[in-house]
Amino acid sequence: MVFRSVHYSYPLSNQEALSGVDLSISEGERVAILGENGAGKTTLLKHMNGLLRPTKGFVEIEGVDTRKAKTYEIARKVGMVFQNPNHQFFAQTCWDEVAFALRNFGYAEEEIAKRTEAALRDFGLWEYKDESPFLLSSGEKKRLSIASVMVYDPSVLVLDEPTAGQDAGQKRRIGEMLSTFKGKAVIVSTHDMEFAVKHFPRTIIISRGRVVVDGPTREVFYGEYWASAGLLEPQVVALAKALGMTAKPITAQEFVKAFEEAVAK
Amino acid sequence: MKAIEVKDLSFAYQNATRYAIRHVDLDVEEGDFVVIAGPSGCGKSTLIRALNGLIPHFYEGKYEGSVILEGVEVASKQPHELFKLVGTVFQEPESQLLTFSVEREVAFPLENAGIPRDEMRRAVDEVIKRLNLEALRYRSPNELSGGEQQKVAIAAALVSKPKVLLLDEPTSNLDPVSANSLIWLLHELNLQGMTIVVSEHRLPLVVEFSNKLVVMDSGMIADVGRPVDVLGKYADKDIIEVPDVLVIADQLTRAGLYAGDLPLSVGQFLSSTKGLKPVI
Repeated sequence: MVFRSVHYSYPLSNQEALSGVDLSISEGERVAILGENGAGKTTLLKHMNGLLRPTKGFVEIEGVDTRKAKTYEIARKVGMVFQNPNHQFFAQTCWDEVAFALRNFGYAEEEIAKRTEAALRDFGLWEYKDESPFLLSSGEKKRLSIASVMVYDPSVLVLDEPTAGQDAGQKRRIGEMLSTFKGKAVIVSTHDMEFAVKHFPRTIIISRGRVVVDGPTREVFYGEYWASAGLLEPQVVALAKALGMTAKPITAQEFVKAFEEAVAK
Repeated sequence: MKAIEVKDLSFAYQNATRYAIRHVDLDVEEGDFVVIAGPSGCGKSTLIRALNGLIPHFYEGKYEGSVILEGVEVASKQPHELFKLVGTVFQEPESQLLTFSVEREVAFPLENAGIPRDEMRRAVDEVIKRLNLEALRYRSPNELSGGEQQKVAIAAALVSKPKVLLLDEPTSNLDPVSANSLIWLLHELNLQGMTIVVSEHRLPLVVEFSNKLVVMDSGMIADVGRPVDVLGKYADKDIIEVPDVLVIADQLTRAGLYAGDLPLSVGQFLSSTKGLKPVI
């Protein structure tokens, strides 16, 4: 996926939501996008599956310019999971919700049945196959929304704030689930620094429609971008900096290990 | 004096196969800042609805036990009698914003209660000033940011001058900085004497300011106490979000490298590790 000086303004808005974004994401990469509310995260994500097209510049998905492709062609390569599952669900049962995309893409009934069952089982939702998606808990809804995208095997998965409103256990499950998608690029927007650190080796911070920094998560977390991007420095980073540690831990476990090693020296 | 007294409260929603909360006992003193934590579906929202009278007045079901709010039995009073005692802010501000200007939004609860115009104007002016909302006064709530919307929702909850403010996961749709400033606002209100009860997943932001942490699990209260004591028990579990500084201090304590109370913030950690810095 390649973005070249991408600009975007919403209709009737005199302010740019994206002002010259350049980035490229390779096959199988794991990327977290951070930024305060209104920074342009969701607008950026919507360019990744053709829901929005640049007003200036271009986006290429697997070599195809999104301005010249049909939305359904892009959607097949790039699956998108929205922040609020309630905005995405419409079927009467979880089974139909997951089978929907496959039917849409014209798969044979036999194949649809096979894949839908596998997806529901993989995501721990088989027991709810005949129930309404709207009756699930918030964690189950999130899993269903991911299942209904993963079922058609896109090569890129884009998730908007997958951990918003999720509890600690569900966050861990979502993180573990994403890491099983071998070979697929996974891109998330998130406010959750700990989630970004644990599962995403590359981090992009955006602010006012521009990329502020794009690099290895550890280096980004030890940069001086937090205040200017309207974000809070993670506790582990703040602590390590205040203690003048030379190691750059980004998780509690790394911190403890680095601390013990420093003391041992 | 007790602000809230929950005695052996159980509630099952109509047609539900199990109780959403079971045998809950909880005392909240006036001036307390109480945080309710626990996995999704553990009964946090149900408890909050029981504290402000939405349960049993708007949600039907099987209700046992009692809730005494500022000396008043919630189940025996009508909702309009309770609105002067307690204000509530919900998770999604969109679900509670109704009008086309911040001023009208804040005035709405008073209009609804038939408060005379002069008195209403005074109360609205006061709360708008108190929460620094002057600049947004004539804007439409729909065009505000999530953080601003939650502030307006708080203003509307405070306009009837309640003694207790309840908030159900108020930061879950906010970015870290907006969430942080919302928590600071609650802290300030608490310092001014307001009793605060807030359910929250993002504990690292809020526990520093609270004096009582309640952990719920499967509809029951699993733990209640000083945040530092309760969090200490959960440092190596995955049930609630324990601040990283506390997890680190907990592990370093076991390794004999940290002494003193477990910290709830980076500042508290650093003040307990004075003298450790040269080692690193």
